[in-house]
Amino acid sequence: MTKITIALAALASLAAVGASAQEVKLKQAPGVDAVEANCQACHTLAYIPMNSPFLNAAGWDAEVTKMIKAFGAPIDDGDAKAIADYLKKNYGT
Amino acid sequence: FSEAQAALAELTPGVPTGVESYAKMATLPGKKPLIELADRPPNYESPLEYFRTPITPNDEFFVRYHLADIPEIDPKTYKVKVGGDAAGTPIELSLDDLKALPAVEVVAVNQCSGNRRGLSKPHVAGVEWGYGAMGCARWKGAKLKDILAKAGIKSDAIEVSFNGADGPVADKTPDFIKSIPAWKALEDTTIVAYEMNGQPLPHLNGAPARIIVPGWTGTYWMKHITEINALTKPLGGFWMVAAYRIPLGKFPIRDRFVSQETAANTPITEIVVNSLITSHRDGAKVKAGKVAVSGIAWDGGYGIRSVEVSTDGGKTWVSAKLGEDLGKFAFRPWSIDVDTKPGKNTVMVNATNAIGQSQTSELIFNPAGYHNNVMQNITLTAS
Ligand code: HEC
Repeated sequence: MTKITIALAALASLAAVGASAQEVKLKQAPGVDAVEANCQACHTLAYIPMNSPFLNAAGWDAEVTKMIKAFGAPIDDGDAKAIADYLKKNYGT
Repeated sequence: FSEAQAALAELTPGVPTGVESYAKMATLPGKKPLIELADRPPNYESPLEYFRTPITPNDEFFVRYHLADIPEIDPKTYKVKVGGDAAGTPIELSLDDLKALPAVEVVAVNQCSGNRRGLSKPHVAGVEWGYGAMGCARWKGAKLKDILAKAGIKSDAIEVSFNGADGPVADKTPDFIKSIPAWKALEDTTIVAYEMNGQPLPHLNGAPARIIVPGWTGTYWMKHITEINALTKPLGGFWMVAAYRIPLGKFPIRDRFVSQETAANTPITEIVVNSLITSHRDGAKVKAGKVAVSGIAWDGGYGIRSVEVSTDGGKTWVSAKLGEDLGKFAFRPWSIDVDTKPGKNTVMVNATNAIGQSQTSELIFNPAGYHNNVMQNITLTAS
């Protein structure tokens, strides 16, 4: 059995214990408060590191705009800018 | 080992490095460990090991949701409403009503439209799946055409739409509602399934009933189906009009969704032919000499004609042996012995389907990251 197979089998036995909730620790930098306050009502914060580090400034602008325009995220202009700046600086390219 | 270390070993090479920073293996109720890309809404892919059998067991099957409000449904009070402006006699069916209709079974691959999006070059935004957002199961249920007949589907129906019980957390977020062409809805293989591999559907795979559209990508396979509508006009909404669109003319597809086509794009329809090496990962260490390599191949429902393997970077090809044929919509196993010499050996795989479509050597890039069927080319290090 490969190491991976053993690991999977052992993890399966943890099912009775219950899986731990997804932990996403965002980089602690200016703007992270606005992200944590506005970006986890609908989904996990994990979407942010998941989509990193390849999005450029235009890419993160487009993401924040999509959340507000397409998905109805109730985020005001000031917060949207702070969030986009944070994402570009800490999760962008 | 830890859940995080196990995930690192399971992540598909090439997904964005940000995934490594947080992803872990997780065991959902009723599931074996899956790669946790997101827990809310649940987005979990199957590790490579779970694809070593052509049927993916229920507890190894991937989980994918757009939206996070996923109710538990009591099968005793469950109802699916069938109506729409192209239905002459709207009806409501209980689970017992569904089970009373003539049952059919189809073995079919359910593959997320964005499977392998994580491997896009350049990377694109979205859920960054590796290889594992897919599975093949035996689906049992009633024919959608029988249900639509009961609802008096009229000849001016152009589409049939599907809405499930799951929905958005916020009011302003568009609900996930999808449609397929009426002709596709009326095919014998399009079913409303209440069983998966001989068991009631797991909650996270759409209990108590879901739509099955063999050959087409998973976006149409609506889970927790509660509304089926026969429509005289094309369905609108974000998830039809903005999402799930592929550029016209870039992909070798046959199934058209004419009522939704624009000058620039069309909705994703059938799965493109593809293959996956399951016996070895890229970089695996092997004993020099004969090595048994195996995997699976699948397509949009024409069936796999051949799987060819090259160990010289694509100059020459040898046919792999095809395994059990579970039907044209299923994973087809293949196997081949390759001769390895000490050092690096490459193994490239190309599947061809019954209508002569093969995989691509260069990614057909699209901004949404759909239809990634680039031929795998892995390295085995022999000593
Ligand atoms: C009102 C709901 C809502 C809020 C608030 C929200 N999102 Fe989203 N987000 C969504 C939905 C819906 C999706 C789509 C999920 C899918 O398609 O699987 C999504 C997906 C994403 C993705 C994945 C990539 C993609 O485009 O599908 C990223 C990254 C993301 N959101 C970031 C953010 C950030 C950053 C914020 C805060 C500025 C935010 N979200 C706030 C609803 C929301």
